[in-house]
Amino acid sequence: MSDNSSVLGKRKKINRVSVGSHNKKAKKSNANWSYLNNEPKEYLLNVGRLAAFLLMILIWEAGARIGLIDSFFWSMPSEIIQTWTIIAVDGSVWNDTFYTFQSTIYGFVLGTVGGAVIGLSFWWSKYYAKIAEPFLIIFEAMPKLALAPIVVLIFGIGLSSKVAMAVAITIIITTLTTYNGMKQVDKDLVRMIFALGASRWQVFTKVVVPWTMPSIISALRINIGLALTGAIVGEYIGSTHGLGRMIFYAGQTYEISLIWAGIFNLSLLSVGLYLLISWLEKKLLKGILH
Amino acid sequence: MLNEYKLELLDVSKEFNSRGETVKALDEITMKIPDHKFISIIGPSGCGKSTLFNIISGLDQPSDGELLIDKEEASGTSGLVGYMLQKDLLLPWRTILENVILGMEIIGIPKKEAKEKAIPLLHRYGLKGFEYSYPSQLSGGMRQRAALLRTILYDRDVILLDEPFGALDAQTRANMQEWLLDLWDDFQKTILFITHDIDESIYLSDEVYIMTARPGKIKHRLKIDLERPRKPNIITSKKFIELKDEALTMLSEEVLKSQQMEMQAN
Repeated sequence: MSDNSSVLGKRKKINRVSVGSHNKKAKKSNANWSYLNNEPKEYLLNVGRLAAFLLMILIWEAGARIGLIDSFFWSMPSEIIQTWTIIAVDGSVWNDTFYTFQSTIYGFVLGTVGGAVIGLSFWWSKYYAKIAEPFLIIFEAMPKLALAPIVVLIFGIGLSSKVAMAVAITIIITTLTTYNGMKQVDKDLVRMIFALGASRWQVFTKVVVPWTMPSIISALRINIGLALTGAIVGEYIGSTHGLGRMIFYAGQTYEISLIWAGIFNLSLLSVGLYLLISWLEKKLLKGILH
Repeated sequence: MLNEYKLELLDVSKEFNSRGETVKALDEITMKIPDHKFISIIGPSGCGKSTLFNIISGLDQPSDGELLIDKEEASGTSGLVGYMLQKDLLLPWRTILENVILGMEIIGIPKKEAKEKAIPLLHRYGLKGFEYSYPSQLSGGMRQRAALLRTILYDRDVILLDEPFGALDAQTRANMQEWLLDLWDDFQKTILFITHDIDESIYLSDEVYIMTARPGKIKHRLKIDLERPRKPNIITSKKFIELKDEALTMLSEEVLKSQQMEMQAN
């Protein structure tokens, strides 16, 4: 058992041994401890990650060439790189990426700001908040992607329908996050500020809004991913531009390598957005918390 | 003789509705408090001390009776007195300096002017070097100092302190008591002080009001005629012990009553 026991198993053993009196065993376990405590070296990790990635690509390529993987459905890395180079050089993929980027950002900003404003507005009336709450929860539970056909019918196949999808998918979750954060506002603090003769507006701006900001900021990172999903689904349903449209059309015409090329750019976009938001989050938090 | 009371409560009562039942929290409280006095209020838990402060600060309306500040009806009007609680309630996203000017900010004093006013006070009262620190970087005692300075800077004649040192350790608490007496001396405020600590109430005050168990009434008004300035070792003097004995006897009766009430309720 001791040979193939997992790291966790070994840890358990240490605990067991430490109460016992078998010194030899205890010594062996100590070596295991130091192994657990040694932090892996960063450059080795990166080398390992790169190697794993290249290995996967290699297996895929080799598998497709010797017929183990059906390249009609799966395509193969060399073909994908070729396809991607063509659309990258003629610039079409960058136009599509920018289009998707645009609708994602618009939707993200509108959804986040809108959700935060609606969430904060609940502070002003308990009746209003309590009446709205079940609707919010029902709308949040609903799979909003299912709305895409209606949204495209209403807003057309232009940018606005993609933005609308991104807003639909982000706004309620932001509202609920904001609302929940706002409920945590220290009641004694509000009482004290009112006792100083503050108006409701003063309490709102000086206490409630700053108090709720960390909750709103925590929603940013989730929202950017959701907004991108919304924009892509909007493009699937009906669009003239965008990575979603490109991937969807490639699927319709069985151009599998083009699908992968689109997904590659989509991943680039997604990582880029994520880094951007992480940076923004850090800046904002630093400005608010210390 | 003209009445010279700073703060007057005349037969103030307060009832709450809780689950269809009417609960009486305060029963005909009468307090007449002259200017520049240090008044403590002690009583068993749940006797309505905090309700009393809510009424004086204007957060709550009395069900009955009158509240006069400077001889003017003041019930339901907030912003006339300074108010500080056991929790420091400093805003974590503001520096100490920005925190202590909060009260001034609310009454519309420009930030720059408020800061100019605050800085010398922070220096004089033991917060020099912490102006630009954030509350999380300060000890509990220091945070209470900042909270108290915020109350002082708010510049009202009457200050309500609801167990301000309740959460501090004994050493820090003793320091803070001295510090509070200094402040009170310098600024000549009228202070109402809620505490559970009999020693603290006698040591600090000119008068101690002892409240009954719920519904809260004034059971006794204890005049503390100890000379000022008082030294910490005054608590071992004969006079102090006598006063403490009197207060303790009164209070323990009420504590017992309130415990019995609680047991019945359960």
